[in-house]
Amino acid sequence: MSFLRLEALAKTWPDGTRAVRGADLEIEEGEFVVLLGPSGCGKTTTLRMVAGLETPTSGRVLLAGRDVTALPPSRRDVGFVFQFYALYPHMSVEENVEFPLRCAHVPASERRAAVARVVEHLGLEPLLRRRPRELSGGDQQRVALARAMVRKPALWLMDEPLGTLDADRRGEMCEFLRAHQLEQRVTTVYVTHDQDEAMRLADRVVVMSEGEIVQVGSPQQVYDDPATLFVARFLGSPGMNLLPGEVRREFGQAVFRPSGSTAPIPLSTLARAGPAILGFRPEAARVGEEGSLAGRVAVDAFHGACRYLHVEGLWGRIAVREPPARSPGSGVGDPAQIRIDPTRTRLFDLETGRRLV
Amino acid sequence: MSTPVLDVVGLAKRFGEVLALDGASLRVGAGEFVVVLGPTGAGKTTLLRAIAGLESPDAGQIRLLGEDAAGIAPADRDVALVFQNFSLYPGRTARQNLEFPLRAPGRSLSRAEIAERVAWAAKLLKIEPLLDRPARLLSGGEMQRVAIGRAIVRRPRLFLMDEPLSNLDAKLREELRLELRELARGLGTPVVWVTHDQIEALSMADRVVVLCEGRVLQDAPPEEVYLRPASPTAAKLFGSPPMNVIDVRRSEGWWVSPDGTRVAAARPGSEDRARIGFRAEHVDPWSGDSEGTVEVVEDLGPARMLLVRWAGESVHVLVDRETSALQGDRLRPGIPPERVIVWPAR
Repeated sequence: MSFLRLEALAKTWPDGTRAVRGADLEIEEGEFVVLLGPSGCGKTTTLRMVAGLETPTSGRVLLAGRDVTALPPSRRDVGFVFQFYALYPHMSVEENVEFPLRCAHVPASERRAAVARVVEHLGLEPLLRRRPRELSGGDQQRVALARAMVRKPALWLMDEPLGTLDADRRGEMCEFLRAHQLEQRVTTVYVTHDQDEAMRLADRVVVMSEGEIVQVGSPQQVYDDPATLFVARFLGSPGMNLLPGEVRREFGQAVFRPSGSTAPIPLSTLARAGPAILGFRPEAARVGEEGSLAGRVAVDAFHGACRYLHVEGLWGRIAVREPPARSPGSGVGDPAQIRIDPTRTRLFDLETGRRLV
Repeated sequence: MSTPVLDVVGLAKRFGEVLALDGASLRVGAGEFVVVLGPTGAGKTTLLRAIAGLESPDAGQIRLLGEDAAGIAPADRDVALVFQNFSLYPGRTARQNLEFPLRAPGRSLSRAEIAERVAWAAKLLKIEPLLDRPARLLSGGEMQRVAIGRAIVRRPRLFLMDEPLSNLDAKLREELRLELRELARGLGTPVVWVTHDQIEALSMADRVVVLCEGRVLQDAPPEEVYLRPASPTAAKLFGSPPMNVIDVRRSEGWWVSPDGTRVAAARPGSEDRARIGFRAEHVDPWSGDSEGTVEVVEDLGPARMLLVRWAGESVHVLVDRETSALQGDRLRPGIPPERVIVWPAR
């Protein structure tokens, strides 16, 4: 039996907007699940319904087999971290972090141990005596996280807790969150619009769009085998390359002919002939001497560990992941031939956007 | 070399106890895209505001096309500043917001010229369908397009961009990053772009200026800033993950960590102690001679990031996704000597 279960959970706002359109989801005890999607996809509303901060229009929330749909937040045993934190201004950092344990009447020795552990993980030792107003926004956010994670509730619910941090701190915090959660094994539901965060943190990613759950799977599954064009584009930075065109059988082999290109792209799969959209990740393609797509380099974007060349042709524009060292003849404006690994192509239905093969 | 569009020399600015800028220098040539990369509190925004004339520096000089800016009123500096938080007139339409800077007193543009410039900017930024919508009804991404449009219509000699993408969704950031880089290239107008986002800096900049505590730590092309940080401080500021940095001593041709691990072969040199740095992608998980334990595995999509307990530190190792690794696995990290950056010991 799953630990947290959402059954046809739905929320319609008074103005008729259907924020969440019947979400079904099962989460195992100790899992780290990330709700991922763009602004307005319903991920925060879903989380708030689990917390008890919003009343569902219909559907149920079950926690450890118990229907909690009608329970107030205080009786659900959840720890909640928002993007916008509220610390007690008259308390020191240490007192703020300790506060939830005092409220729960935890003995002093246990309190000290729990505070010490979370404070060390988050690197807050030097700040313990300070007041919140003496801290930067990023430090305040770390204190808020520490306060939420000092206790071991049944469930941690986190709404973009790293949203206000600098990009360089965010990576570090992801590692802390993951390590702390693995150690404490508290079931966690985490909301973000940042696919990079989702990939790094999640046991399973729940991709949402327009109030609906589009796909649920491990980071690798949703990345490799996106269920729809939306997931294909949303995961990955840059996202999956997508080319409209037609699948044909030529000389007994399945090939894809992109609109605007005459050269066939070999497919390894037994695809049915007809119009479709071909998808492949930037790392499944290489720029070289010869290939099945010809174009010109429009953008050369260095990313540190790699380089993305954005190549443009009559067929559209695609991104190719290349080694970081700049190779001669692949600068902006240079002609480029692209070779695609046929084993790493995916096909999508032109009409529905759902994956075919 | 021709006169730089912008030449900032030894700029200092103090706010009470805080020294926001501590002798920062920076030069921007014609058509250059310069990214100032720094953590929160580095002095990035103060630097931009000083260039725009919104702060007066305590010391140092700002020259715009060779002319000392101290004598030029902010409105006459001919620079356009774009903020992180969009700052549009919410009740006005996108079009009215774009027209606003062109109607400013002192600008004698005809109605036709104003309409022509607005149409031009709207086309470049793909906001033509939004022109008659009130700003408050626009999404974050649309608002920032309009805000950038408002800077472009003026055709200034320099753009100053203060974290213009920070308030946007990750996906939108990625799109606009590419689009704005191409737009700047097309316009040929130089840009000073301030950010704390390493990918923004590396992928957009002709030159990256690393700013920390009001001082410039490094000023170099993106590849150089990434591969050869000027100091351990610069190395640890950025990168997801930041560069691995370890204190070492030289012993029998090796760099050895305090716990006795042979980290990498040491090239000949005179220093006995040093700090060395190496990037996560340059660690080979199997070629070393001592074991480490995988603490955390993170899936990044095209690659996998491992946090490995090794040499008395938590070391980042980037492997391709065909490499299987689980928490608790033992590895033997090794780093090719040519990938090791050596700095003086602390």
